[in-house]
Amino acid sequence: MIYFDNSATTKVTPEVLKVYEKVSQRFFGNPSSLHYLGTQAHELLESARAQVAQILHVKPTEIYFTSSGTEGDNWLIKGTAMEKMRFGKHIITTQIEHPAVAHSMDQLEHLGFEITRLSVDKTGQISIDELKQAIRPDTILATFIAVNNEMGAIQPLAKISEVLAEYPTIHLMIDAVQAIGKIDLPLGNDQRIDMAVFSGHKFHAPRGVGIVYLKEGKQVAPLLSGGGQEKGQRSSTENLPGIVATSRALRLLTKDEMKKRQHLAQLTQKLREGLKNLPYVQFFSTDKGAPHITCLGIQGIRGEVLVHALEAEEIYVSTTSACSSRAGRDSSTLLAMGIVHEEAETAIRISFSEYNTMEEVAQFLQAFKAIYRQLTRIYEK
Amino acid sequence: MKPSQIMVRYGELSTKGKNINDFIQLLAQNIKYALKDYPKAKVQWHRDRTYIVLHGESEEGVIAQLKNVFGIQTMSPVIQVEKTLEAVEQAAISLAEKLQAPGKSFKINTRRADHDFAYDTIELNRRIGSAVAQAYPELVVKMNEPDFVIFVEVRDNGIYLYAEIIQGPGGMPVGSAGRGMLMLSGGIDSPVAGYLSMKRGIEIEAVHFASPPYTSPQALQKAKDLAAKLTKYGREIKFIEVPFTETQEEIKRVIPEGYIMTVTRRMMLRITESLMHQRKALAIMNGESLGQVASQTLESMRAINAVTCVPILRPLVAMDKTEIVKIAEEIDTFELSIQPFEDCCTIFTPPRPKTKPHLDDVEKFEAAMDIDGLVKRAVAGVKIDNIGLEDVAKEIDAFEDLL
Repeated sequence: MIYFDNSATTKVTPEVLKVYEKVSQRFFGNPSSLHYLGTQAHELLESARAQVAQILHVKPTEIYFTSSGTEGDNWLIKGTAMEKMRFGKHIITTQIEHPAVAHSMDQLEHLGFEITRLSVDKTGQISIDELKQAIRPDTILATFIAVNNEMGAIQPLAKISEVLAEYPTIHLMIDAVQAIGKIDLPLGNDQRIDMAVFSGHKFHAPRGVGIVYLKEGKQVAPLLSGGGQEKGQRSSTENLPGIVATSRALRLLTKDEMKKRQHLAQLTQKLREGLKNLPYVQFFSTDKGAPHITCLGIQGIRGEVLVHALEAEEIYVSTTSACSSRAGRDSSTLLAMGIVHEEAETAIRISFSEYNTMEEVAQFLQAFKAIYRQLTRIYEK
Repeated sequence: MKPSQIMVRYGELSTKGKNINDFIQLLAQNIKYALKDYPKAKVQWHRDRTYIVLHGESEEGVIAQLKNVFGIQTMSPVIQVEKTLEAVEQAAISLAEKLQAPGKSFKINTRRADHDFAYDTIELNRRIGSAVAQAYPELVVKMNEPDFVIFVEVRDNGIYLYAEIIQGPGGMPVGSAGRGMLMLSGGIDSPVAGYLSMKRGIEIEAVHFASPPYTSPQALQKAKDLAAKLTKYGREIKFIEVPFTETQEEIKRVIPEGYIMTVTRRMMLRITESLMHQRKALAIMNGESLGQVASQTLESMRAINAVTCVPILRPLVAMDKTEIVKIAEEIDTFELSIQPFEDCCTIFTPPRPKTKPHLDDVEKFEAAMDIDGLVKRAVAGVKIDNIGLEDVAKEIDAFEDLL
């Protein structure tokens, strides 16, 4: 079995799973309880928070645990809208956001907010000039997907930060779910980015834990009101086993991070090299994107067909993002990049994790080429 | 280029007269203790400075430890090179690299203990200065008040250079002022009072009043954890747990509500004084800040203080709460302090204690209690723990295999 769908989700590392089990058995107290078990759980929670903060180069007080990346996106966007609507109701985002962001924007639009969705070029990047034009006195939030989930485009965070440096009152947010461990993230007190969203299950932690970075002093209203956990910003009994497992997984992810990124880039390079001479293969990702995601298609062959043909060989990939593929929609990212509908619907997404190997890529290439020969017979003259 | 040693300057200590050597020796011992996880580092003390020769230990790690050793005014990482012009120029350039920025100014300050060296100080200043200026053309040479100075010392066994000046914590070596008893409740203030006492050279022993079952094991543990936080500024701390239930029950039984707080404090002070004599300490410290709560009005302080004539030091007396919280955050005790456990100061206290208790009344009410007996039994029943750095480490270790 070859699993190349790591941007959809990842397999939990055994070591991380053991941590999950240990915490659920040994530290099962509610961190809010006054007694010893509670105190211990609370201390463990805060140790996990401190570790995550240290890895991300931010302060422990700036880290919040949520249930998912989707929740993080929803909270920061709607929370900013609620908190800052008296100052303005204009938000800037892109046309290639994850549905968690895109649909939150749709909802806010219905409530009377104005949304500017920046276009992208054929590499999937926004134009800095267009961003400059879009900023208005009533802009309260600008949010960008740091690494696109469908084809891996990296947004120019440094340039975006530079532009927004002149507008300190606009909350600058990134959706870093696909970016963590894969590219440099300029976070911390001396950086312009105010908020960032992460999700544990994209880096071999169990489902059910998201991480939010929210810079000290930046105001965001809570979405979940209740018992006042996470400094009143995100009520719910803390998912301690998940949180501790996630901070372990984050530590593993960022250990020898540069080597791992290089490894991912080598896998991707081998994949691209292996397919570049096939005339009917079209790459939708550039080689300048994130090191772990490649989006491509075979002309005239729907992505779904290719996914199932590979599946028959026990190779697992996606049609673009797993979230929208079941819904049977076209890839909105590819359409935004100016790719026509007929081409966009051929797209599949291959996404690696640090645990994938060169041999797996070699096996994939062999299987893919066989499928390719079969599927392109229709073009033989 | 890696520094081979850290130079430590004393500041206030240097003004001490005859017993300066005692102070410096004590400081050197405290430094050795703080560096016990860096066994290869060697401490060499001299009258004007102390050097920590790293022998391969981490510069950052050692400096981080030294930042908690009171008595250190400033520190500088020192580079040691062989006695050639090229070597000293290279070293000066590498020092400037860290400090340079466009428009910044510098100068070279050379001292020559070895007068046989081929170049004199004027020549050395000129040569090294021009080497640095050539390497970083955006730097300006300035004799008067430059942004940084590269110090060069030519000695018999090599040339030593340093430029960076890192602030130490200041203060006096812990232990140099003698021993004092810190009344440690578990609130925000008393750990800060302990920290500031240590800063002025007092070796502290922590006195904590526990009244089980009215106070919980968690409250006791919290006080111990707070004491553990303070060990990083000195050595092991003796933690003295005083059994206070009998006294508090007796006070509740015979003293009118409005005076419970005053009498409780007087009993605590009597017990602490008795412990102070027993432990051969010289003073009592607490976290009182004038006007903060009912027990901290001048009238209250007078009524409480009247039971003793030993020095009671109140390092926080003139501080605002915000200033106290700021220090508590710096020394990492704040988060612990605000955990919500009942302590002996909050049980049995009426909603409105007297803010202006009359001493005559207090003494009249206390006549109904067997004060000597209560003090004696409390002192006889104390439990003494050694709280060391290990207690901080233990807490972290417990989670190590998880995180």
